[in-house]
Amino acid sequence: MLTLCSPVDTALHRWPAGVKLAAVALGSAAIFAISALPVMAGVLVALALVYLAQGRAFARAGLRLLRPLWPFFVVLAVWHLWTADLARGALLAGRMLAAVGLANLVTMTTRLDAMLAVLERLLSPLARLGLRPRVLALAMALVIRFVPVLLDKARDLRQAWRARSPRRVGAGIVLPLALAALDDADHVAEALRARGGL
Amino acid sequence: MERNLTHIALFAALIAVLGLVPKIDLVSGVPITAQSLGVMLCGTVLGARRGALAVLLFLGLVAAGLPLLAGGRGGLGVFASPTVGYLVGFPLAAFVAGLVVERLRIAIFPAAFLGAILGGIGVMHVCGIIGMSVMLDKSLPEAAVLALPFLAGDLLKSGLAAAITRGLARLRPASVLSRA
Repeated sequence: MLTLCSPVDTALHRWPAGVKLAAVALGSAAIFAISALPVMAGVLVALALVYLAQGRAFARAGLRLLRPLWPFFVVLAVWHLWTADLARGALLAGRMLAAVGLANLVTMTTRLDAMLAVLERLLSPLARLGLRPRVLALAMALVIRFVPVLLDKARDLRQAWRARSPRRVGAGIVLPLALAALDDADHVAEALRARGGL
Repeated sequence: MERNLTHIALFAALIAVLGLVPKIDLVSGVPITAQSLGVMLCGTVLGARRGALAVLLFLGLVAAGLPLLAGGRGGLGVFASPTVGYLVGFPLAAFVAGLVVERLRIAIFPAAFLGAILGGIGVMHVCGIIGMSVMLDKSLPEAAVLALPFLAGDLLKSGLAAAITRGLARLRPASVLSRA
């Protein structure tokens, strides 16, 4: 399974993940505090330059990650044209773009294992509540392994459906898919116990 | 212990797969993501606590950079986008759905249907609408208008979640942990 981390190796990849996460937290807070349009424009230009400095392919991939935001730009455009308050609309759109762009930058330059290591460290205080880091790591590994397994299962079910029925694939495959997940969970639990348990 | 862990992990994977499977026609012609169906199922099948944990595990991996959200989205950016409220609502929705199925000692279908509606529609959209209202700087009723087109599909998904939960309770009664 592919991660969203960019395969284009950049200098940002070598920053520690914890530093980048702290920077994105502070940066987002700052972006939400901006109320002047020129400042927001400056932030956006700076962010765009950071993306471009990592190479064209990297910047293109970054742009692709922003695509799901377009319905909200349409909503803001329609709304603020209606209320004739375009400056406010532009600020809100800029804020959305800057906050998401900054967060995506961290995701694109941090490898999955580094991110998971930070996540584990952040959650380590929960050990006192009974959530051991080892168990958490195993749970995450199981999800990463079983998403492709269940996707294969879903593909088989869709093909079986199409072989049987001229109708398009419907929600009928969700029950067998959930059943497969339950059965796999039981098998893996048995396998874990057989190997000495958690 | 092992069973709890593997059920939580496998249902976290199921949420992802339901969002990634291309084109399941819930209503013919309208492609609706089945991801929230996965969240409802986590609650109604695994119960409140385990269901919420499965959803949190899923969100943790999304935040870490795996493209597991519907349409292959993921990463930290989705937590800065206007739909962040829905993501916050995911675990709460699963918790409420699970709580209803655990506590309401009626037949599994109506219990799961009610749980899916209260959690998967009620809690989910309250959180989502608050999120959109903050991120887009609109009043709550204005943000609620944006959520309206999704209600019909969500009602359908609640029915599906209930039917699937009943099916699982028949086929694997011991595995439906919300009632086990």
